[in-house]
Amino acid sequence: MQALYAQLLVGLINGSFYALLSLGLAVIFGMLNIINFAHGALYMMGAFVAYFLLNLGGINYWWALLLAPIIVGIFGMILERTMLQWLTGLDHLYGLLLTFGIALIVQGVFQNYFGSSGLPYAIPDQLRGGMNLGFMFLPIYRGWVVVFSLAVCLATWFLIEKTQLGAYLRAATENPTLVRAFGINVPRMITLTYGLGVGLAALAGVLSAPINQVRPLMGADLIIVVFAVVVIGGMGSIMGSIITGFALGVIEGLTKYFYPEASNTVVFVLMVLVLLVKPTGLTGRAA
Amino acid sequence: MRRIISTMLLGTAIALAGASAAMAQDKTIKIGVLTDNSGLYADLGGPGSTLAAQMAIEDSGLTAKGWKVDLVSADHQNKPDIGTAIARQWIDVEKVDVFMDVLNSGVALAVNNVVKEKNSILIDTGAATSDLTNAQCSPNTIHWVYDTYMLANSTGQALVKAGGDTWYFLTADYAFGHALERDTTAVVLKSGGKVIGTVKHPLNTADFSSFLLQAQASKAKIVGMANAGGDTTNTIKQAAEFGIVSGGQKLAGLLLFITDVHALGLKVAQGLNFTETFYWDLNDGTRAFSKRFSERMKNKAMPSMVQAGVYSGLLHYFKALEAMGGNPHDGAKVVAKMKEMPTDDALFGKGTIRADGRKLHPAYLFEVKKPEESKGPWDYYKLIGTTAADQAFRPLSESVCPLVKK
Repeated sequence: MQALYAQLLVGLINGSFYALLSLGLAVIFGMLNIINFAHGALYMMGAFVAYFLLNLGGINYWWALLLAPIIVGIFGMILERTMLQWLTGLDHLYGLLLTFGIALIVQGVFQNYFGSSGLPYAIPDQLRGGMNLGFMFLPIYRGWVVVFSLAVCLATWFLIEKTQLGAYLRAATENPTLVRAFGINVPRMITLTYGLGVGLAALAGVLSAPINQVRPLMGADLIIVVFAVVVIGGMGSIMGSIITGFALGVIEGLTKYFYPEASNTVVFVLMVLVLLVKPTGLTGRAA
Repeated sequence: MRRIISTMLLGTAIALAGASAAMAQDKTIKIGVLTDNSGLYADLGGPGSTLAAQMAIEDSGLTAKGWKVDLVSADHQNKPDIGTAIARQWIDVEKVDVFMDVLNSGVALAVNNVVKEKNSILIDTGAATSDLTNAQCSPNTIHWVYDTYMLANSTGQALVKAGGDTWYFLTADYAFGHALERDTTAVVLKSGGKVIGTVKHPLNTADFSSFLLQAQASKAKIVGMANAGGDTTNTIKQAAEFGIVSGGQKLAGLLLFITDVHALGLKVAQGLNFTETFYWDLNDGTRAFSKRFSERMKNKAMPSMVQAGVYSGLLHYFKALEAMGGNPHDGAKVVAKMKEMPTDDALFGKGTIRADGRKLHPAYLFEVKKPEESKGPWDYYKLIGTTAADQAFRPLSESVCPLVKK
């Protein structure tokens, strides 16, 4: 029974990465209608930026949490301005192909210079060690990841669903021409939204740097699962993707305990089941 | 008149037949490096293996002696089906004579079959499974660098002797992990230890915390990592986080490469014990080669034992061809010649190749240095034990390979 608690908690930790990443994907899909396959590569860039900040600039983890999302976010906005914006109104497939291509190029470049086994990034001193919860040894850093990412997820949800700015954004997706008629600069807003989604990916990258190796393929391995999360949660649903992210982390964690061989397929089995029963995803509305 | 013409025709035919016989034994060689160029094993084989092959060609001086040597490389993406498809194309269409590297035991066992069927040559320097020279042994295959039996024998035995008599395995769920776990279990049991449990994780897993918690709960003294590459580095890193080592359990890296230690950093990797058959800083010969190698690598990495094996294996292959006076393009014949000749090169020293295809050389037990003991980049290992060549690998008396005459 104790082992079960531990597995639940560990699942929650992984779930927080899924939640952060699928949230960014949901924001981008919801607002821009782009299936952002470059998300994994941008997540990886977040981790690499944190590594460079530390090793070249001597800038610590805490600043990296702030700076890496901004730097990668700006990179994302440049992508949006120079490439993605031309795909507005075209079939989803074009956006998917373009972002997939971008992901391959970015990963290829990083792999060329840094190899595949990755680079070390240490846990910041303040978050070292762990505490004994009785049923398991919880590394403080992992606890921090859960709390921090939950806070970021809720803040993003609040920003989009409950504020004036969020209302503009949602309106702009529904009917860009009308919103523009009110004097709102819709293209700029879309660029910033893409930047926000990308920033969330980079933030997840920084959070994962001390846990995993900073590797060029760290995003490629994760992104497929995250897409499944988004599909299960319902494309474009903000709260749906947060909840599904955490929930699937837990389910995967339990699978690792009861039947480890299936742990990297369980998410996809669930995806198939959900699609069969409710093709719009658990919280999605019919298009 | 008719007779003269027919005689002439006969003569031409004989001459042509003679020419084609001479064609069969020529001075062309085509080498194929089949490896993981982009995935989790790319640093320990990958482009570095192709570079090692290139260096072997240059150092052999064959081109100056009138040989024509070609080199091709491909990425099998750790998938046996892709590996065999490339192997068939290389043999049938591109006329590749010898396969080098072929890391990933799953791919290696599959390619091993194709190579045998088509009478080509596999000098495997990357795969670990000891089945390549046991149940699956082939007259066309030489297993050059290391295998699961040797790793288990050296690291496993040393750890049990040092008091680690209860084991829990974290095993990569494919041919390699299974073989390594099986061979290590045998050694642990034979040395008087006990295996408490095992958990099999999918290849290329990012998060090991669930598995590590299970290992922790087992209270085994040794957590044996029967995985490799990125899987091992992630396990070690996360084990530190979950306090496995500080809680009194010991991690056993059953297969660790220098590129893994480099990726982890000494702070995390210090104190780990594991076995390799090559280290760049062993002697003058290894240092000279490694320095040249590292200068030509994009990330200035030192060679792994897999890459060193590609160089060493090719040099021996070239020697055999030279001794035969040409390339007969007959896999089994060349491999037989290679087994006849003793091996000798700067990287692995003097050695032999056994009837079952097992290349013999000493195995070294290393410990990763503490950060303060390291004198500079890539100065990572302390040598703490050596197993002689004739002791390191599975004895022929235990072999089930049909090539071994009993």
